[in-house]
Amino acid sequence: MKKFLPLLVLIVAVLYVGKSLVPPKNQGPYDLVGFGQLPLLANGRIKPIDTEARSSLLRLQGRQRVSSPLLSGDLVGSPTEWMLDVIFRPEKADTYPTFAIDNPDVLALLGKKDEDLKINYTSPAKQVLALVGFIPSRHRRFTLAEIWPHRAAIQDQARLAEPVESAVRTPFQSAIMQLYFNLIHYQRIQHAFVMPGRENFLNELLSFQDNIAAGVEAVKAKQANQPHNETMAGMMMEMGEMFSAMGQVSNFGVIPPDAGEKDPTAWKTSGAALLESFQTSQVNPAALAYAGLARAWRQEQPEQFNKLVQLYRSGLEKRFGPQLEKARYEARFNAAEPFYLSMEFYGLAFLVAIFSWLKWPDVLGRSAFWLVAVAWVLSTGGIFARMWLEGRPPVTNLYSSALFVGWGAVALCLVLEYFYRNAVGSVAAGVVGFATLLVAHHLSLSGDTLEMMRAVLDSNFWLATHVVVVTTGYSATFLSGFLALIYIVRGLFTRSLDKATADSLTRMVYGIVCFATLFSFVGTVLGGIWADQSWGRFWGWDPKENGALLIVIWNAIILHARWGGMIKQRGLMILAVGGNIVTSWSWFGTNMLGVGLHSYGFTDAAFVALASFVVSQLAIIGLASLPLEKWRSFRSTAPAKVAEPA
Amino acid sequence: MNDVIRQFRDFFVSLKLTVVLLVLGMILVFGATLDQTNLGVWGIQTKWFRSFFVLQEIRGVPVPVFPGGYFIGGLLLLNLLAAHIYRFKFAWKKAGIVLTHVGLIMLLIGELLTGILQDDFSMRLVQGEPKNYSESYRGNELAIIDTTNPDFDDVVVIPEGLLAKGGVVQHPKLPFRVSIKEFHPNSNLRARAPSTAPMGASEPPTPATQGVGLNAVMTPLRMTYKQDERNLPAAYIELLTAEGTLGTWLVTADTRMPEQIVEHNGHTYSVALRFTRNYKPYTLTLQKFSHDVYAGTDIPKNFSSQIRLTTPDGRDDREVLIYMNNPLRYAGLTFYQASFEPGNDKVTVLQVVRNPGWLLPYLACSLIAIGLVAQFCIHLAGFFGKRRRIAAAAAAA
Repeated sequence: MKKFLPLLVLIVAVLYVGKSLVPPKNQGPYDLVGFGQLPLLANGRIKPIDTEARSSLLRLQGRQRVSSPLLSGDLVGSPTEWMLDVIFRPEKADTYPTFAIDNPDVLALLGKKDEDLKINYTSPAKQVLALVGFIPSRHRRFTLAEIWPHRAAIQDQARLAEPVESAVRTPFQSAIMQLYFNLIHYQRIQHAFVMPGRENFLNELLSFQDNIAAGVEAVKAKQANQPHNETMAGMMMEMGEMFSAMGQVSNFGVIPPDAGEKDPTAWKTSGAALLESFQTSQVNPAALAYAGLARAWRQEQPEQFNKLVQLYRSGLEKRFGPQLEKARYEARFNAAEPFYLSMEFYGLAFLVAIFSWLKWPDVLGRSAFWLVAVAWVLSTGGIFARMWLEGRPPVTNLYSSALFVGWGAVALCLVLEYFYRNAVGSVAAGVVGFATLLVAHHLSLSGDTLEMMRAVLDSNFWLATHVVVVTTGYSATFLSGFLALIYIVRGLFTRSLDKATADSLTRMVYGIVCFATLFSFVGTVLGGIWADQSWGRFWGWDPKENGALLIVIWNAIILHARWGGMIKQRGLMILAVGGNIVTSWSWFGTNMLGVGLHSYGFTDAAFVALASFVVSQLAIIGLASLPLEKWRSFRSTAPAKVAEPA
Repeated sequence: MNDVIRQFRDFFVSLKLTVVLLVLGMILVFGATLDQTNLGVWGIQTKWFRSFFVLQEIRGVPVPVFPGGYFIGGLLLLNLLAAHIYRFKFAWKKAGIVLTHVGLIMLLIGELLTGILQDDFSMRLVQGEPKNYSESYRGNELAIIDTTNPDFDDVVVIPEGLLAKGGVVQHPKLPFRVSIKEFHPNSNLRARAPSTAPMGASEPPTPATQGVGLNAVMTPLRMTYKQDERNLPAAYIELLTAEGTLGTWLVTADTRMPEQIVEHNGHTYSVALRFTRNYKPYTLTLQKFSHDVYAGTDIPKNFSSQIRLTTPDGRDDREVLIYMNNPLRYAGLTFYQASFEPGNDKVTVLQVVRNPGWLLPYLACSLIAIGLVAQFCIHLAGFFGKRRRIAAAAAAA
């Protein structure tokens, strides 16, 4: 029975993945999935409403779920449902705690005192959990209704902070700017489809439609100081002001280009499209459709809502078939959440692999291998899906580099595990895979991760060569560092590092360092060639270039020190851990330059994360430098005379 | 061989030296990266890389704090050469390593050449206006131009370095001496409030007795090293003839500065402190500049400049399109789309780079890449061979 465990694990994992690929179903009577798949234009690309809802929630509050710590269960069933409330039922959405605020000075500005922030759980179990830190003990997400009364103060402070360069802002200034921009973003969503706060916008539009011709006449007459219908003119002016307000506040292109428009990206804001009614004497049908959806949502008429989604969609089908299809796939990709799922698998694989060192090495080792393999295939699929959606090579921004670094390292781990079968590859894959996806999650908090490429980077050839190769170099350098961590932790704290394992780990680290040298060097050189091709200079000593160079030199140092006999097993491991520091600096530190160097930039969350990582690696290096007789694995084998393994 | 020479040789061929130099190199690169927040990307190159010692000013005295790029790079070069000459023994197994290191030697030499020979300029083109010179990013010069003859200009330029020294400059082509009364490497310029205005009385006095300086206030500024800013030097210069002074003028490199004319002995001179110019034997004219952003955003999607390139002898007269990742290479120079002026689509800014050593890195990198791949494959083959032997031995046992 035991020997079928790996197969069982594989089957269960595959089934689990398969489940995530099944098209999402509507939980209630509303066709939320259909609505979420409708396209809009934001940040320069056409995407489903679902993506905008998810990235907005991540940006505003750091997670996609909308809930309150005092309630069990979520306030809305999906990000799309939250979006529907924001745009169509703002009075309800304004009571959802969706603004994350951590800075104490900003909280003070909002009149929040310590006692207001404490969460008063009613159940004793929760009180205990909160005490030990398993569930939050303080409120950190707030509703618009709580923030709104302080908007003037926020705006004043934001105006003061705005002229300060973002790199040198104080934590308060950064936090106030973030809150300010989040409020603007929220209002952009609110004003994107219909005018918020109107009980029946559809009726207003319909009666406007009936009266446009007469109304325009009345306004013209009024301006010419001639007799006119005063109520009619007043209504027209009011509508005009409302539409232009919508167009000014929001920048989401939710209305498709007019028939005959050649530019497929000429999507309009709802406000702009409605303003055009004055010229065309026709209210834009897409704007009407959204107003209809608003009414159906407000008045809780699911049949009507679903029918309108269907109608609007089939209206788009003829002219925007491919875009609709792409938006549909993107929404399904969002729902499948392949990276979160892989993250879970990596975590599980890590635990199983660690356990295999204690018991059932063969069975558990293979189970862990299959878990890693499934997770890797899943993230491969995710990366390919992103490439297809974007029409780009895999690495285009920091977020995708995190995905790719993890992917590349895990691929190498699978190769190592295939040859060595000692679960070392699976443990490393679990750690690196999990950690890089965690980093990616944090990077996704700044908004949509499928960004448009700035002109200077717009070259698929170089993105596919230089960026991919140099990122593979990062993967390999990190991997050698994590393998070295396994050596140090097992050797120092356990007796499990026998000579065979130690030797095979050494060969792995050495091989991966060679691989890393090759890729980081070739990648750096390709970068130089790109620079020469487009700027006429091969090397400019800018921080990112220097960062890549540091990785190359570091790997070269490891290899030369090894060849020259200056380091043996332990030295190799220590230097490989040093590679983690160098690579994390090149990857993230160079982007923070200007932040970390200014005394008040030190509280920047990313900087703290980087600094803690560096400190942890230095601590490991310090521990590894303890005399070998303090290492549990070596103490037991040679108690009298410790010869360092070669 | 005597002991001293042997020790000397052993020192220069040792791998230890290599590792030490690589470590020093890392520290150098890291320090230079951090120092960019103070000095900018140009400042650090002269201070950290193109020097034998990194000099840090401590209380105004430059103190060498670390070996510089030339020192470390030079020793590394010596170490590489010495080690390879001393240990060289051809073996296929080592072919990759040898190739890699030959490539590295070339790369180091290439970077040295680049440091000495590379130069870059900026070229701002206004639609329809032909231009035959580019301007330095950092250098400035005082130009005194005799424009009396309408057919040609007679130009005398005094480089910034001489201005900074102060004193009096005499040039055979000029009928007057130029006395530099004040020089500031960076400055700000604003209009002077009229003396009748309420603010006018509190305006600082000006040393200028002629020209724009009478109506302007120049304030010296600290030098900037930011990549998107440049220093605008300013000076008060007095023109002295044998008979006496012609007056004192304010000159600054600020592009808002109007032309200042000096009349003397029937000659007309134009005096200007300007960005150092580099004249070319050909002319570029901007025909059209385009700049697109992604729909609904201000993320730049592309920039391109349609340029007409002409030479006076008529050998070249063609249109070229310069856009991102697609520069114009002409007469040993690379012209690339560097910038634009927001809101003004009649202007483009090109960067012009001269780098005669550009081919070396290509050769060097090809050698290194081939070497590394070869070595990696040799190792990989060795690894599989070993595993196969182990497997075979296990099977036999």
